[in-house]
Amino acid sequence: MSSLINTVSPSLSPGRRAWLRFKRNRLGYWSLVIFCLLVVLSLMAELISNDRPLLVRYQGETYFPMARDYSEKTFGGDFDSPTDYLDPFIRERLSQNGNWALFAPNPYGPKTLNYFAKAPNPSPPTADNWLGTDDRGRDLLAQLIYGFRVSVLFALALTFTGTLLGILTGAIQGFFGGKTDLAFQRFIEIWGAMPELYLLIIFSAVFAPSLALLLILLSLFGWMGLSDYVRAEFLRNRQLDYVRAARSLGVSNWHIIRRHLLPNSMTPVVTFLPFRMSGAILALTSLDFLGLGVPPGTPSLGELLSQGKNNIDAWWISLTTFAVLVVTLLLLTFMGDALRDALDPRKADAP
Amino acid sequence: MSKTPLLEVRGLSVSFADHEVVHGIDFSIAPGERVALVGESGSGKTVTALSLLRLVANAKVNGRALFNGNDLLTLPESELRAVRGRDMAMIFQEPMTALNPLMTVGEQIAEVLTLKTDLSRAELAQKVLALLAETGIPEPARRARAFPHQLSGGQRQRVMIAMALACQPSLLLADEPTTALDVSLRGQILELLVRLQHSHGMSVLLITHDLNLVRRFADRIIVMENGCIVEQGATAEVFAQPQHAYTQRLIASKPVRDVVESQGDAPAVMRAQGLQVVYPTPLAGVRGWFKHGQFVAVQGASFAILPGQTLGVMGESGSGKSTLALAALGLLPFQGELQIAGQSWSANAAANKALRRQVQVVFQDPFSSLSPRLTVEEIVGEGLGVHAPELSRDQRQQRVMTALRDVGLGTGDDAAMAQTLQRYPHEFSGGQRQRLAIARALIINPSMLVLDEPTSALDVTVQKQVLQLLQNLQRERGLSYLLITHDVDVIRAMAHGVLVMKDGAVVESGPVHQVLTQPQHDYTRILVSAAG
Repeated sequence: MSSLINTVSPSLSPGRRAWLRFKRNRLGYWSLVIFCLLVVLSLMAELISNDRPLLVRYQGETYFPMARDYSEKTFGGDFDSPTDYLDPFIRERLSQNGNWALFAPNPYGPKTLNYFAKAPNPSPPTADNWLGTDDRGRDLLAQLIYGFRVSVLFALALTFTGTLLGILTGAIQGFFGGKTDLAFQRFIEIWGAMPELYLLIIFSAVFAPSLALLLILLSLFGWMGLSDYVRAEFLRNRQLDYVRAARSLGVSNWHIIRRHLLPNSMTPVVTFLPFRMSGAILALTSLDFLGLGVPPGTPSLGELLSQGKNNIDAWWISLTTFAVLVVTLLLLTFMGDALRDALDPRKADAP
Repeated sequence: MSKTPLLEVRGLSVSFADHEVVHGIDFSIAPGERVALVGESGSGKTVTALSLLRLVANAKVNGRALFNGNDLLTLPESELRAVRGRDMAMIFQEPMTALNPLMTVGEQIAEVLTLKTDLSRAELAQKVLALLAETGIPEPARRARAFPHQLSGGQRQRVMIAMALACQPSLLLADEPTTALDVSLRGQILELLVRLQHSHGMSVLLITHDLNLVRRFADRIIVMENGCIVEQGATAEVFAQPQHAYTQRLIASKPVRDVVESQGDAPAVMRAQGLQVVYPTPLAGVRGWFKHGQFVAVQGASFAILPGQTLGVMGESGSGKSTLALAALGLLPFQGELQIAGQSWSANAAANKALRRQVQVVFQDPFSSLSPRLTVEEIVGEGLGVHAPELSRDQRQQRVMTALRDVGLGTGDDAAMAQTLQRYPHEFSGGQRQRLAIARALIINPSMLVLDEPTSALDVTVQKQVLQLLQNLQRERGLSYLLITHDVDVIRAMAHGVLVMKDGAVVESGPVHQVLTQPQHDYTRILVSAAG
């Protein structure tokens, strides 16, 4: 048996074998690829959806409107105010006698109000606004792209802080056990009994709403579930023989945690990562929907959903936002399923 | 074999996902015959038995298994279900997991009967009691209302047997029925099986790796290796004249004593006086908030281990022998006196460092004693990081290679060794893993090893090799061993002095030949006689 394994897979670390198992799950693997692609694209959102041209060549000179503000006078306008590149007059100036401007594929930013729309707001999809506009005349596609980016970045940050806190507290409880564990468990019970939503409402009334505030508040409550799992893994692993052997070698506590316990306790952490992400996205969306989330003016999927609710006739708002949410959450769920299978110790890795 | 066989297996092969584990085997069982299927782990013996009842999930089974003229492998599922339990029953290795923890054992036995017979409620209750009484459980009426966790291991196995016998099967498949039990219970369960086999006139297929058991139980023996039957014949003949090399190796696998006998006095490496370990236990009710109960795991053990010698600690599960090992390693708080080369454990980790260098440990289960996420180099070299941090990377690698060669794991040149160093534990067999554990302990040159059941999880042939390795290391390096085991054969082969423990107390101690040949205490006598 062992000789067979030796010849098939020479020295793959357990982590690497789990990755290979994950890759064999095509649905999960492609979900990961697509999700990463979407995130990278949304990080480059300024190049895809922007109300400023990426590059302007005007009367023999080159301008970079993305990086700098130019006065309208620069391009032959009347006022010394920042240029509105959607203005038909400016557009005309920029396309005359050898002048040119390189616009992003979708020439609207997240906050751009299209004063020159041909249909009343909210406007259904047109050649100008591919997915239509919302009730304030902002381009929906731009809103979705930037909203997706905010959601994903927020979810990544929340997952990161929650996971970090969860591992830290779980490790402390599980490794030291006894009174430390008892005290922490009681603290978690009390902390977990706090009415999270009401605190959020109160805090958003007291402080100016911002993403950072939201991140801190949600992080304060988001670590408890994971901490319990890590604690259980540590409690189980710390009395296994390899930890005892390390102790009898005289290895220090910190070294045992870092080298022996942490790597062997990461299964629940990794398995939950995608589900924590989707949970975080949903949390932000629901808070935005209730108006307790991001400050007004920030592109947000939740705010779009609430607009869709208020403008039930404007089907394009709710439908597209809903689609973006569903696709995002589905991709994360597929990834999570694949990860869970890949890390399942009962599943043998068939060659 | 003039009678027509009860079960006739022809060309049985079992494969999992294109990987064949049983390669076309033939055997037969006559009515009323006791047959033993012997082999090491992974030889396919359990899979063979399970596939007869088509209980192996995701397996492809080929061949024929004629039972009373029906081919079990092609029988429709509904008819097969009728055969299971009624004509052919099975006993499993681990009675704790084979019984439903949420049903009383009486209900579980009655369940079989309701499925297979149409007895009234009163008759059912009576039959359950009769079955339990037959298996020799004391107070069957009370036990029938007990849940599995309220019974002892031996009683649970008796319940399993009662369940299997409920419908008077003509063939009983017993898969390692005594392996999970303590030595003194094994004999009792075996006697029970023999008695019931006689009174019911059924056939028994006993699956086991324990040759002592086979010798006492079986009429005929079938030896399996790597999914093939290599030898079968009458038990006495096979034991007297094994034909196949593998059978010969199996029979010769009884550990051989090859140690330097004690030579006079030297200062003891480890000396214990009145060693006592107490665990706190939770108390029920409000009292438990402020106080703990006490469980004395080891009471007043005294012993001395001389250089180059082995002290064997013998006892059954729960006797406190592993607790004694942990206390000797300074991993548990204890009362009493324990000195290693004249020094005692202290509460201060830094002060213990010198002692840790003296005493190292090898655990029972080679799968849980190596961290699955570290390479061989990291595992074996771990002690160097603590006790010889001044070594360079190359020097450390050299030391690890030397340690691996010392335990018989380094066969190739340096390049091949370097590759071995980067491997992970899952790529090694049980015996190899145990060698890795020994290498990890030896790399810091201790003067003493605590061996906690070092060979119990290994196959008999591997067990012999590992014991030989330990004997060689003792001879070459003058190592002392504190050997914890339940296996009298291992004690006989390894120990110089013996400590017999029962319920935390040392009931007998003395030189090995004296304890094993003239046991004073009843308990020692049971242990020694059970080993055969």
